[in-house]
Amino acid sequence: MEHKHPVEAMAGGQGQPPVLQPGYTFATITDKISAIVLTRQTPLGWFVGVGIAGMLSAVLLYAVSFLMYQGVGIWGINHPIGWGLAIVNFVWWIGIGHAGTLISAILLLLRQSWRNSINRFAEAMTIFAVMQAGLFPLLHLGRPWLFYWLFPYPNTMTVWPQFRSPLVWDVFAVSTYFTISLVFWYIGLVPDMATLRDRAQNRAARMIYAVLALGWRGSARHWHRYETAYLLLAGLATPLVLSVHTVVSFDFTIAIVPGWHSTIFPPYFVAGAIYSGFAMVLILAIPIRHIYNLEDMITDRHLDNCAKIMLATGLIVAYGYIMETFMAWYGGNLYDKHLIWNRMHGPYRALYWALIAINVGFVNVLWTKKVRFTPKLLWFVSLVVLVAMWLERFVIVVVSLSQDFLPSSWGIYIPTRWDWATFIGTIGFFALCFLLFIRVMPMISIAEMKSLLPSSEAKAPLESES
Amino acid sequence: MAQVFHRSTNTISRVSIALSVVAVAVFFFAAEQVQRSPYTSWRGVARTQAVPFSHQHHVGGLGIDCRYCHTTVEVSSFAGIPPTKTCMNCHAQIWTNAEMLAPVRESFRSGKSLVWERADQIPDFVYFDHSIHINKGVGCASCHGPVDRMPLMYAENSLQMEWCLNCHRAPEKFLRPRSEIFDMRYEPPSGEKPLEVDGKKFADQQSLGTYLKTKYRVRSVNDMTSCDTCHR
Repeated sequence: MEHKHPVEAMAGGQGQPPVLQPGYTFATITDKISAIVLTRQTPLGWFVGVGIAGMLSAVLLYAVSFLMYQGVGIWGINHPIGWGLAIVNFVWWIGIGHAGTLISAILLLLRQSWRNSINRFAEAMTIFAVMQAGLFPLLHLGRPWLFYWLFPYPNTMTVWPQFRSPLVWDVFAVSTYFTISLVFWYIGLVPDMATLRDRAQNRAARMIYAVLALGWRGSARHWHRYETAYLLLAGLATPLVLSVHTVVSFDFTIAIVPGWHSTIFPPYFVAGAIYSGFAMVLILAIPIRHIYNLEDMITDRHLDNCAKIMLATGLIVAYGYIMETFMAWYGGNLYDKHLIWNRMHGPYRALYWALIAINVGFVNVLWTKKVRFTPKLLWFVSLVVLVAMWLERFVIVVVSLSQDFLPSSWGIYIPTRWDWATFIGTIGFFALCFLLFIRVMPMISIAEMKSLLPSSEAKAPLESES
Repeated sequence: MAQVFHRSTNTISRVSIALSVVAVAVFFFAAEQVQRSPYTSWRGVARTQAVPFSHQHHVGGLGIDCRYCHTTVEVSSFAGIPPTKTCMNCHAQIWTNAEMLAPVRESFRSGKSLVWERADQIPDFVYFDHSIHINKGVGCASCHGPVDRMPLMYAENSLQMEWCLNCHRAPEKFLRPRSEIFDMRYEPPSGEKPLEVDGKKFADQQSLGTYLKTKYRVRSVNDMTSCDTCHR
């Protein structure tokens, strides 16, 4: 056979599971995915999830309202540690978003068609994660209602933002990232919105999906333009996978604080972002495919691939830790040496050793096939990885600030209940957004799934004939 | 399958794209206008006072000098609001029964100050000193406008930061000789009406301002536009 369909090619040979179980047709794919939104009874797990996520979102609302009333003093931040959990959470959330863009843009350009069944919800995850991330710097401003001062606009003060500050670059990086992710996600949704429009029984639902479908009729011209736009947006989003977290790492590297002022930060941050992002993809994908019986579409092959990417990026992160420690010794700078000493023996040593144990040691369990092919184990590993990546950001932000050049101004930061409430609240709000998304929109791209079928090949016989 | 929307929706959706661009533009234009309008800055809005004191009458009509009431303007950050006694210097003799002046007499009897509404208000986070401006050649009218033509006091300028910087970035456009500071009818020198300072004749504001900037040792623009000059 000279010409192999990508799906068969990917499934064949090494005894790997396929990316789509055989036996599906154009019609059954549409039925299965659109039924989740339109006809199937909503599973009980969804209601339980929305209940918990809703309560946590209320906690977030409460914490933010009190913050507005009282000011950032309710957080544990003070001299010398002015950043605290707000920036830890910002970096953590925005890192998580990166997996979605990598799956949707880079894997598209690399023609990795296995991405087709996970890209939709991974992109949604990106958008919701960036929303949580964006909250933190805004709340951290102290006077969040003046957030628009971050943008250069002709104001009565004749003052521009400080363009030499990476914090301003952050504003542009994150807002660009959010905009592109949203547009990319929405463009991808248009054909599926039309499918839902055509199948919805409820009049209100049909109207809403019709508006969102932008008059899509599925003509050849539509498809041609859609493909072009999608590819162009993928091209635009691709550099963002690398640039956004690079700019986030500049928040640290541009400062001369020991432990921050390092050229390794950009690649190490980007790898860490993709690492934690894939952990979040797995945390979402494993229960969802179980609850909605989607094992045929999100197969063990997907979990395996995600786990492999996690392992690869995790090892890059581990290399980053080793290099940081090595450079502190090799560079011979007193303050750098003290920083590493402080990480290992200082007040936050438990956190440091926990993250080293996980990101350098524990992550290696992903080498074994048994872990990669046991969804429960993989889910647990992903959860541990997310915790470790949060600890990494905590160690970077807090330990460096707690003891820098001047011993007389050393200090300790202990997050208050408001720090925790805001953080836990964003997890709840993220979950709430995500649950609402899977209820009202197709969480797997119907149109793109069909391109995985052998019958979508140009020379394939018509489905009715086969 | 029946169409969900009428075919006119095609036109409406196309038009709405253009309209949304217009709406965004209008929003930003409106925001731009509102932040500089009297609604925000109170520029040009006459304040209602307990006693309708007229600068037009006292300064323009009677020719009373600014410093008769605002006594500390040359030596202090605060120009000074006159005590009721200053009013009574004259009004113990004239208009002694005027209805309009009843609150003044009451204040004089009880010793309780009259409460005036400030027309020119600078926020607390701005350090401002009247004396330095007076001594470096900034006339009263340069900031406060033609006070001698204001029946009720209002702010001539917005007092927004861009307005402050307008002068701090180019003081030579506004400086005048110290002898002319309190002159409400002062006009910058021109070809027809040159001004003589220290035996030199100046026929335009640019050359006069540049000369005065050196003479009065006005600080460099870098110094005057440094953040902590005003935000200490």
